[in-house]
Amino acid sequence: MDIPYTSQARPDTGLFNAKLGIWLFLASEVMLFGALFSAYILLRVGADPGTWPQGLLNVPIGTFNTAVLITSSVTVVLGWTALKLGDFKTYRKYQAVTILCALGFLFVKCLIEYPEKFTHYEVWKNDGTRMTGHIEGKPYFLTEKKMAVRKMESIKFTPDHRFYFGPVPEHTAGETTAEHPPAVEIKLDEIKRLSAFVPAHGTYFAIYFTLTALHGLHVLAGALVIFFLWGPLAGLWKTDPERYTNRVEVSGLFWHFVDLVWIFLFPVFYLL
Amino acid sequence: MSESHSPEAVKRHKKVYLAVFFALLIGTIVTVFLRKIHFPAFWITVAVALFVATIKGTLVACYFMHLISERRAIYSTLAVTIFFFAAMMYLILWSRSQVPRGTEYIPTKYYPYPMAVPAK
Repeated sequence: MDIPYTSQARPDTGLFNAKLGIWLFLASEVMLFGALFSAYILLRVGADPGTWPQGLLNVPIGTFNTAVLITSSVTVVLGWTALKLGDFKTYRKYQAVTILCALGFLFVKCLIEYPEKFTHYEVWKNDGTRMTGHIEGKPYFLTEKKMAVRKMESIKFTPDHRFYFGPVPEHTAGETTAEHPPAVEIKLDEIKRLSAFVPAHGTYFAIYFTLTALHGLHVLAGALVIFFLWGPLAGLWKTDPERYTNRVEVSGLFWHFVDLVWIFLFPVFYLL
Repeated sequence: MSESHSPEAVKRHKKVYLAVFFALLIGTIVTVFLRKIHFPAFWITVAVALFVATIKGTLVACYFMHLISERRAIYSTLAVTIFFFAAMMYLILWSRSQVPRGTEYIPTKYYPYPMAVPAK
């Protein structure tokens, strides 16, 4: 039995099955990301004035990733345009760029941005002092408990030039290019808490990693679907071009949604 | 497939897609430069940043996702989504004013770095 309306639009709705399906799925995605955004809003407005971390994320990297996603969005729609015009070769070129953009985005996120956070620390000392900075040797996920287990007596800590909350000093204008203060030696018995910028650090990084990792998974899923259509399923173009084009359109709608989410994530986390 | 997705229409829209692409890039640059501007209140900064993001999002939705010329079934689906999304946001903001007695926010003093914060 043939399933109706896989290629041709249903007369009453004017839509083929997959298109209605993807829009229903995107509606559920709006609620998923909306719920997490609302969690972010609650945490943000619930934070004590001046205590919400600012300036901890790398804005040039975030801007680069935004440009990468926007570029991938336009190549997706241009690839679909090429298919509509019957130009399969051009479609493949555009989608190859899309896949490269997706890989570039994930590379920057997983291999540059996240590791940068996993080696950036905050230390709470017993005398009440708090500071952020880097530990010599750039260890990952070090805590005061791990220091005790590893029998580390002290760490050599290079503090950042400013602390992450409170008004940004005028001379730095929000940038982190000012010189670092000299490195200091901090003994284990002076440390109350030591944490890298991981989800357990605080509410800011908890919601940051939740939202950006979920978004990253969407990028990965979208890239896999686009790659599958681009490569293994390309033969469908010869047998049923209309259906193939519809599938590309549906995958493109998902990809644009992923771009749309990032358009809001970027200013919320990186700039505010 | 809507009529605006016919090959002739698609060909015409190609230039529009490129125009939207450049508009999105410009929007991104504008957003980044906005953080250099010190607005009198933080809420203005938030409003301006979200306004630019909303314009960018609208461009993506309208042109890349073709919502500017879609079928009624999709508009209906989105209308329901927007209603529930708005309801969820409203409930959350509403809950902010329903803080139980004794758990209200108590301001704490700001200690500029690297001055020591007294241990609690």
